[in-house]
Amino acid sequence: MPETALPVFHIGPTSGWRSLKLGEVWQARELLYFLTLSNIKVKYKQTLLGASWAIIQPFFTMVVFSLFFGRLAKMPSDGAPYPIFTFAALVPWTFFANGLTQSSESVVRIGNTVKRVYFPRLIIPLSSIMSGLVDFVLAFVVLLGMMLYYGIMPGLHVLWLPVFLLLALATALGAGFFLAALNVEYRDVRYVVPFLVQIWLFATPIAYPSSLLSEPWRTVYGLNPMAGVIEGFRWALLGTGVAPGPMLGVSAAGALLFLVVGTLYFRRVERTFADVV
Amino acid sequence: MGRLAIRVDGLGKQYRIQAVQQRYKTVRDSLMGAVRGLGARLRGDVDGAGRSEMIWALRDVSFEVGSGEVVGVIGLNGAGKSTLLRLLARITEPTVGRGEVHGRVGSLLEVGTGFHQELTGRENVYLSGVTLGMKTAEVARKFDEIVAFAEMAKFIDTPVKHYSSGMYTRLAFSVAAHLEPEILVVDEVLAVGDTRFQKKCLTKMSAAGYEGRTVLFVSHNMGTIARLCPRAMLLEGGRLVQDGPSNEVVSAYLHGGSGTTAVREFSEPPGGDIARLRVVRVRTGDGRIAQVIDVRQSVSIEMEYDVLQPGHQLLPQYQLYNEEGIHVCSLHDVDPTWRGRERPAGRWTTTVTIPANFLSEGMIFVRVILMALNPTIHQFSRSEVVAFRVVDSMEGDAARGDWTGTMEGIVRPMLPWTNELTESGESDVPGDDAKTGRRARG
Repeated sequence: MPETALPVFHIGPTSGWRSLKLGEVWQARELLYFLTLSNIKVKYKQTLLGASWAIIQPFFTMVVFSLFFGRLAKMPSDGAPYPIFTFAALVPWTFFANGLTQSSESVVRIGNTVKRVYFPRLIIPLSSIMSGLVDFVLAFVVLLGMMLYYGIMPGLHVLWLPVFLLLALATALGAGFFLAALNVEYRDVRYVVPFLVQIWLFATPIAYPSSLLSEPWRTVYGLNPMAGVIEGFRWALLGTGVAPGPMLGVSAAGALLFLVVGTLYFRRVERTFADVV
Repeated sequence: MGRLAIRVDGLGKQYRIQAVQQRYKTVRDSLMGAVRGLGARLRGDVDGAGRSEMIWALRDVSFEVGSGEVVGVIGLNGAGKSTLLRLLARITEPTVGRGEVHGRVGSLLEVGTGFHQELTGRENVYLSGVTLGMKTAEVARKFDEIVAFAEMAKFIDTPVKHYSSGMYTRLAFSVAAHLEPEILVVDEVLAVGDTRFQKKCLTKMSAAGYEGRTVLFVSHNMGTIARLCPRAMLLEGGRLVQDGPSNEVVSAYLHGGSGTTAVREFSEPPGGDIARLRVVRVRTGDGRIAQVIDVRQSVSIEMEYDVLQPGHQLLPQYQLYNEEGIHVCSLHDVDPTWRGRERPAGRWTTTVTIPANFLSEGMIFVRVILMALNPTIHQFSRSEVVAFRVVDSMEGDAARGDWTGTMEGIVRPMLPWTNELTESGESDVPGDDAKTGRRARG
């Protein structure tokens, strides 16, 4: 073998917080691709309705919300028709909630592989969340169809949409990394997550508008990064609700904080994954 | 030795093991236990809860391996072999010690790593290949070779959950065998497949060695170690106890003490009022005291004891355990001369002979028990009094036949087998007069 300079890896105990080594993740991007791809392929195998689940889930939640919150409770919806008001929120929310649920189980699920081969562990929850993007796109197409039905044309605001999606991604990654790592040692996480997702759903302006709150409380509300994401989606697509302002700023900072803390915690405890998973 | 491939210095790995838990008797106890455990955990005081203890799976291990060396790692179960490989592959971190590894490490700790049941063979080849460290382009380039090696072309687009275990293993190994890292750590993966496929893999593996690749190879199969690896390391209780030419290390392992003995004499004989144990011995079929028994030989275990009170029916017995702690069998004295009869006082020797081709390869630990019957009164019961190792020289005349891989099971009987060609499948062979003739008649 004619290699001149072989890479040298050092073995030894480490302690405390560790560097993120994102370069390693980048080098293993092909693995990320294949793990994501296999997650997508496997997700709807042996289901009757297949990928239409990606639409059914948010769509029927929308129907239920429209009936109970829209019709019965007469919840305000910032002037937009209630169904599309809530569906525009449910599409990013479903991406987030499924990403959180899938990623929190991800490391435990492939524990056998974790025990037998080394690769950057961050890739595992990362691929779980990335594979949700396909579902997001499918649901988003339905959202566009509904906008057409209600005759809503988005303005130039729509260019902001990728920013809001990135914020949702960052929040999902941060929380997902944290819970995935915690789940390795404490399987209690598996029982906490459905509960957490439910509470988080109601703590996020999905069935109601955040305009119910007055400043400064609305800005404080932005501490839930998903609040900023949801209001951002509505503003970008429907033109209603809160334009990017202090609340979005707080949400963006919050999402970033989630991401940084989640990643650091994951890196800190991943050294024992192979021993305890 | 040329360039350095691996250097480790004072490597150690400590694991926390859960000690035997007290059984909860009531719901209240179990709730209290859960609360106490939680409290202790939150305080970080895991040992304080008295439920777990630390053990060293690997301790103070130092060695160097040159580039291109093929090294066997041997030792009993739990000696730290797998832990060592995991540390080298960076799957887990050592508790103490340092090391450096020059080049990419491919780990083959179990076949089928990264396989997904729902995906097809083709998809799994890519997924597993990339998981094990190959580039996509590399997998694509070797794809046909991998499939051909596994002899799987027909089923490559079938989900692997429909594969037989043999097909699954062949494909999984084939992916792994095409890895080309500079350093390969392999744990017992050759313990799979049929003999022919296994030989193919061994050839592939030794070719890997000849291409200048560094290989660390764990196996319980001394034949494979001796054949594949010029050098071997022996681990015992987490420590590296011998490192040298593999034939020397293997023979040290086979004849080695491991702290056990074929003869045990008691200076203070254990026992009760009726009988006391004095000596226990292990002998080969021809009467020699021995620690290593060829699987083709019978083995006798004898206990020598003093009967102090006459007039009791006695039941001497042995219990055999293998190195995994599995209770292989219990042997009770059924000598017709003394069954149901009261024995006079004096010095007794009770011997049982275990036939050839009965026990599996590996260590056997013997527990010696003697009780008086009617009423039942235990006299002595000593575990791991003596131990011996059953070995197979792989000459093909034992119950393994020509198989040289791992053979599971706690016993290994040599049984009569017959084969009969009930319908010839070669009727189309041209020029086969006998067959043509028979077909013409029928």
